[in-house]
Amino acid sequence: MTTHALADSATMLRRQLRHMKRYPSLTFMLAGMPVVFLLLFAYVFGGALGAGIGGPTGGRADYIDYLVPGVILMTVAAAAQGTAISVAMDMTEGIVNRFRTMAISRASVLTGHVLGSLVQTLISMVIVLGVALLIGFRPTATPVEWLAVIGVLVLLTFALIWLSVALGMVSESVETASNLPMPLMLLPFLGSGFVPTDSMPAGLRWFAEYQPFTPVIETLRGLLLGTPIGGSAYLAIAWCVVIALAGYLWAKRLYNRTS
Amino acid sequence: MNTRPPAIVVSGLRKSYGDKLVLDGIDLTVPRGTVFALLGPNGAGKTTTVQILSTLIGADGGLISVDGHDPAREPDAVRAAIGVTGQFSAVDNLLTAEENLILMADLHHLGKREGRRRAADLLARFELTDSAKNLASTFSGGMRRRLDLAMGLVGDPRIVFLDEPTTGLDPRSRRDMWQMIRALVAGGVTIFLTTQYLEEADQLADRIAVLDHGKLVAEGTAGELKRLVPGGHVSLRFTDSATYAAATRTFGDVPRDDDALVLRVPSDGGVAALRGLLARLDAEAIEVAELTVHTPDLDDVFLAITGQPQQEKESAR
Repeated sequence: MTTHALADSATMLRRQLRHMKRYPSLTFMLAGMPVVFLLLFAYVFGGALGAGIGGPTGGRADYIDYLVPGVILMTVAAAAQGTAISVAMDMTEGIVNRFRTMAISRASVLTGHVLGSLVQTLISMVIVLGVALLIGFRPTATPVEWLAVIGVLVLLTFALIWLSVALGMVSESVETASNLPMPLMLLPFLGSGFVPTDSMPAGLRWFAEYQPFTPVIETLRGLLLGTPIGGSAYLAIAWCVVIALAGYLWAKRLYNRTS
Repeated sequence: MNTRPPAIVVSGLRKSYGDKLVLDGIDLTVPRGTVFALLGPNGAGKTTTVQILSTLIGADGGLISVDGHDPAREPDAVRAAIGVTGQFSAVDNLLTAEENLILMADLHHLGKREGRRRAADLLARFELTDSAKNLASTFSGGMRRRLDLAMGLVGDPRIVFLDEPTTGLDPRSRRDMWQMIRALVAGGVTIFLTTQYLEEADQLADRIAVLDHGKLVAEGTAGELKRLVPGGHVSLRFTDSATYAAATRTFGDVPRDDDALVLRVPSDGGVAALRGLLARLDAEAIEVAELTVHTPDLDDVFLAITGQPQQEKESAR
C-alpha cells in the first residue's frame, strides 16, 4: 500500500519524536560529547595548536575557528551512533515484526528513523554551534553561505544516518550497534578536522586527504570562514551521495530480507 | 457466507533453514469463525508456521491461502485481514499503552477521532484503562500480553494469529487471557492459536492439530485427540482378588495389572464420567481401595502419537 507511504512515514516520524521527547537525555548526551571535545581542544590544546596553525599572531582564537567544522562533523557521527542504537533496539524487540505484518508502507519504518535522527542531529548541531559561538567562534559566512552550510550538513547527516540505519540492522545486538559506527567518530581526527593534513606523516596524510570527511570539513571551513574551497565542494557532495545511496540500498535490503 | 473461502487453507507447506527441515508438508484448513490450535513442543515449527501465514517469512513450497489470498503474492491483502500477537510481546516500550494503540490506529489510517475511540475501547476491554498513561516498559507480563493482543485488534482483523499467547504467564493471567480470547471468538473472529499446552488448546480450540518435527501427526477435536491417549484413565486398586475379579467382569477388556490388582478404566476424568463409574461400582457393590484420576497431558498425547516423550517440557508451567 504505497499510497499511504507519506502518512505512514509521518506516523513513524511522530513515533520517533515521541521517543526523543520521552528521553531528551539521549539527545543531550549525543550533543554532549562533541561539546566536551570542543572545549577540550579549545582550552587544553588550543593554545599550542593555534600557535602551530596561525603562527605567532594566531593562537587560541584562530584555533577555535579552525576547530569548529571538525567538531560539527563529530556531532553528526555521534548522532549516527544514536541512530544505529535506536534501530538495533527496534529490531531486537518485537515491534518491527508487528509492523511487517501490517499493511503499511514498508519503507516507512526506516523513513521514520531517518527523519527522526535528522531532527535529533540538527538539534545537537545547534547546541554545539551555540557553545562554539559562546567561546569565541566567529564565522564570516553570509546568509547565502549559511544556507549552503545547512545544505551540506543536512546532506552529510542524511548520508551517515542511512549508513547507520544499515549498521543498526546488521548488528545482532544493541551493544554491537553502538560499537559499529565508532570509526566514524575517529574520522574527523584522521582528516583535516583538528590539524592540517600536511602536518601528518606520508601514509596517514594520504588517507587523511582522500577520506570522505576531509572535503566536507574543507567545504564547511570555506563557507564559514572564507578559506579556499576549490574542488572540495563537489567531492563532498559526491561522497555524501555515494554514502547515502549505499546506506539506503543496504538498509533496504536488510529490512526486506525474509527468513 | 458459504461461498467465501475458508479463513486459512494450507497444503504441502514446506520450509527449511539451510539443512534443517522445519516444516515438512503441512496440510490444514481453518473454517471461518472457528478456533484452530496448533499444538506442539518447542522447536516443532509452530512459530515458523505463524510467520509464514502472517507474511513475515516466505515458504519454500506448498499452497497457502489466508483470507483467500496468497501471502507470497498478495502480502498486503493478507496483512489487511490479519492481526498478529507474537510470542514476544511486540509493543513499543517507550510509548504508553494508549500511545501504542493510537500508533496502530494511525497505521490503519482510522483518523484521529476514530483512533482515540478505538484505543479507549480496547483499553477498557483489556482492563488497561487505569494504566493507559503508563509506559509499556513498566507493565507486568500479563499486561504486556494484553496490550499486545489489543494492538493486534485495532485494525478489526478477520483472522487473528496468537503465537503462544500465555507462555510464561502466571495461572491467573493465563485464565484472564483465555477469557479475553473467548470474547474475541464470540465476536466472530477466526483464531489461529499455537500452544504447547494441551489444556489451553482444550479450553479454546474447536480443532487441534499436533505438530511434531515439522509434521502434523494428529488432528481432531480435543475429545478426539484425548481418545487417542491411553493416558486418560481412572486407576482402580482393589484389596483382594475376589473383588478384583468382580471388577474385571464389570469393566470387561480394559488395561489391567493382575499383580497389583489394578484396573485402568479409560476415561476423560470429568465429573460426569466419574459419576458414571462410581454408579457402576455401587451397582455391583464393588469395594475400591484406591481411586486415582489420570488426565492426559501433552506428554501423553505425544507419547501416544509419536511413541516418544516430548523432549523439552516447559518447566515454567
